[in-house]
Amino acid sequence: MASLPPIDVPKGATGAGVFDARVAGERDPAHFDYLLRLGDDALVLGQRLSEWCGHGPVLEVDISLANLALDLVGQATLLLNEAGDGDQLAFHRDVLDFRNCLLVEQPNGDFAQTIARHLLYTTWQHMLLQRLTQSSDRFLSEFAHKAVKEVAYHRELAADWTVRLGDGTEESARRMAEGLDWCWRFVPELFEVDETLQAVIDAGIAVDPREFEEEYRAAIAAVLAEAQLEAPADQRPILGGRRGHHSEHLGHLLAVMQFLPRTYPDATW
Amino acid sequence: MSGDWPLWEVFVRSKGGLAHRHVGSVHAPDAQLALAHARDTYTRRLEGVSLWVVPSAEIVASDPDQAAELFEPAESKIYRHPTFYDIPDEVKHI
Repeated sequence: MASLPPIDVPKGATGAGVFDARVAGERDPAHFDYLLRLGDDALVLGQRLSEWCGHGPVLEVDISLANLALDLVGQATLLLNEAGDGDQLAFHRDVLDFRNCLLVEQPNGDFAQTIARHLLYTTWQHMLLQRLTQSSDRFLSEFAHKAVKEVAYHRELAADWTVRLGDGTEESARRMAEGLDWCWRFVPELFEVDETLQAVIDAGIAVDPREFEEEYRAAIAAVLAEAQLEAPADQRPILGGRRGHHSEHLGHLLAVMQFLPRTYPDATW
Repeated sequence: MSGDWPLWEVFVRSKGGLAHRHVGSVHAPDAQLALAHARDTYTRRLEGVSLWVVPSAEIVASDPDQAAELFEPAESKIYRHPTFYDIPDEVKHI
């Protein structure tokens, strides 16, 4: 049988899957930045949650938090590998180059503060992913279809715990209120639209978070009402994570996360 | 802390058409979180399509001391096994 003639490979593309191949330098910088924002959110929150591993208040919660962490690290792997070399981006990038929001890098605090952070972030993330399924970017649309199911569970679990802690004992209600209070000032950043984000929104790639801000506020208010908690007073918003202006907490997180591959560059796993 | 929470027995249906099987137990403050804990503990590797959780305290168990009177009498009654019939070849799945 005669063999087929070799296929012409476009210049700059890899041999495998010509039409899917990423051509270096082709991607728009705003698009790249958007992948980093979503990927870094997932990576940093996943790393934060993994700090609970072995320290959970009870065995079942320990496993539960580790599962949530693994979901997020899985999402980060997909997003950062789409942006470039995922391992390189995760382990060999300095703090100023991270594009995650400030909320996800906040310390775990006690279990209630971790739940407050998870409720505030994953409710936003869930609403975002629901809309991102319509992205004009095929990867992001497919990614959103997959991740939205995971995140729906995260959102529900965080809401369940918020209600139980808020409407629990005097101590659990106090801790839940303090946890929300800590995280509240980082919520406005989730709805900030800067030039970079506007460019990918205009291109149909990204979701405009302002579209669902009202829905978000109402959803959080409903959970807090069921939890018998008052919404914290609005504080001066703290912004800047998307531009690389991070709190001191992120540097410590990265030091732990990046230590091994930076110290032993030949390590494999 | 988990000592304060009731124990729940977990049953997993591995796929449609099969019965739920007992797989273990979890501590949880209420039914909703018992389901969440069961999901996170026992179905992380695609083990199931459906979950039941039952408060362990609600399960009525036979008394091991009564094993002799409850179970041994069946040992000598092999005629209760349907092994004395010839099954036609056309009948499948028995």
